[in-house]
Amino acid sequence: MYDPTVARLTYRALLGRRRALILGALPLLLIAISLAVRALAGADDQTAADVLGGLALATMVPIIGVIAGTGAIGPEIDDGSVVYLLSKPIKRPTIIYTKLIVAIAVTMVFSAVPTLIAGFILNGNGQQVAVAYTVAALVASIAYAALFLLLGTVSRHAVVFGLVYALVWEALFGSLVPGARTLSVQQWSLAVAQKVSGGDLVTSDVGLTTATVLLAAVTVLATWYAGQKLRSLTLAGEE
Amino acid sequence: MATEQSTQTPATASGDTRIHNIGYRSYDGPRLGRSYARLSLYSQSLRGAYGLGRSVKSKVLPMLLFVVMCVPAAIMVAVAVATKANDLPVDYTRYAIIMQAVISLYVASQAPQSVSRDLRFKTVPLYFSRPIETADYVRAKFAALASALFILTAAPLLVLYIGALLAKLDFTDQTKGFAQGLVSVALLSLLFAGIGLVIASVTPRRGFGIAAVIAVLTISYGAVSTLQAIAEVQSSGDTAIAWIGLFSPITLIDGVQSAFLGATSAFPGGVGPSNAEGVVYVLFTLGLIAACYGLLMRRYKKVGL
Repeated sequence: MYDPTVARLTYRALLGRRRALILGALPLLLIAISLAVRALAGADDQTAADVLGGLALATMVPIIGVIAGTGAIGPEIDDGSVVYLLSKPIKRPTIIYTKLIVAIAVTMVFSAVPTLIAGFILNGNGQQVAVAYTVAALVASIAYAALFLLLGTVSRHAVVFGLVYALVWEALFGSLVPGARTLSVQQWSLAVAQKVSGGDLVTSDVGLTTATVLLAAVTVLATWYAGQKLRSLTLAGEE
Repeated sequence: MATEQSTQTPATASGDTRIHNIGYRSYDGPRLGRSYARLSLYSQSLRGAYGLGRSVKSKVLPMLLFVVMCVPAAIMVAVAVATKANDLPVDYTRYAIIMQAVISLYVASQAPQSVSRDLRFKTVPLYFSRPIETADYVRAKFAALASALFILTAAPLLVLYIGALLAKLDFTDQTKGFAQGLVSVALLSLLFAGIGLVIASVTPRRGFGIAAVIAVLTISYGAVSTLQAIAEVQSSGDTAIAWIGLFSPITLIDGVQSAFLGATSAFPGGVGPSNAEGVVYVLFTLGLIAACYGLLMRRYKKVGL
């Protein structure tokens, strides 16, 4: 189910040259902001939760998820070089599965690790805030990577649709329409984080059971369907 | 003109090598010149920003975003008319701030569309084989994206304004607000177009350009608003909030319009920059636009050759 060569090529496509720069710039910015906040405001649990929740989990994780998830397969389909991969005797679901593993790993490394560091800088993991948000980032990484990898195989405008989901649906509708929050990866991962922290700093609108079931369902279904899409992929010409 | 003229080349003695005049003619009609080429590039880029003249698939997103941008304005007008309110529920200047996610998405999707594809398919050298020069290309693209953004941001204001007049709200009041709103969105269009194009012109990959533009716009806003919220809680004063606002495009526009265009600020605490700080905001905004133009000029000095 896991093909090391495909994995190596995907890593190179994701982290090669400029992509690594933007992927690395976001976590650095988060850590820089945490340092500034700590210097300005001192250690405060509520502030730490605000920064990690508002900046790390709501903005940074989805954006890195979009870049890694769609970047794992989108460019290849876009420039047509995916045919060389598909013509090899590797099962299509294996290709998807391998690329998913890589996308998850990249998203986790570039979002969860800086979240943990930022959390420790902000309040030294007081009330388990840092750990809780790191767990949320880890869980969200898996779901986002699977979801955006699927988008990458479905549409040529995967990045835009991914961002529309992450920014318009989760951020805009999520803050206006309460029902939209039930269908949001961010809230599902927050439900898991709530369980971890146990305090009332991290809260979610979704119950833990619902969240876990939905997270697992979305990840598995998205991966399965992406594999199916890749089996019947038609290469579109340039617009 | 197709008369065959044979020329004997002296080098070959056998005489079976000849150059035929097969009747190519030189063009001696009117030449429309540089400004016409620039205008064409501008109008094509502007049409392209809304998917006109392109495939149906590429029309979907810009048109959708345009509709999403206008519908809330129509709803607000309907509410104002139905409730016989004395004022619109939202200021003209505030509208773009509320809808910033849509505007950011539009810039992010259309800026790479405008320049990245030229780089990727190596059509830039073809443009420069025409009578246009670097400055013409940059100006045409910049103006086209800024105009497209202006259409996107000014259309809902127009909806609000027409609705306000139909609802018989105070004419001078509404006209003043509308004019202030237009100035603010014009500034916003220039700034966002500049930032979007600078980022998009670096990469030939469309998807990557989209992600980079959106990352710069949303992360900078997220960072600035988080810091502002903390500065407010810490009550380190309105000055700190105002200075932090300089570091993201949308808060920059917010600051300019709340200092000079009579807008109420969306900053935490609702306190915008004072007049002196407002001058810095205006200078910073104009400087940023000029810097984007300069960077684009530098980018296209040597390209794709």
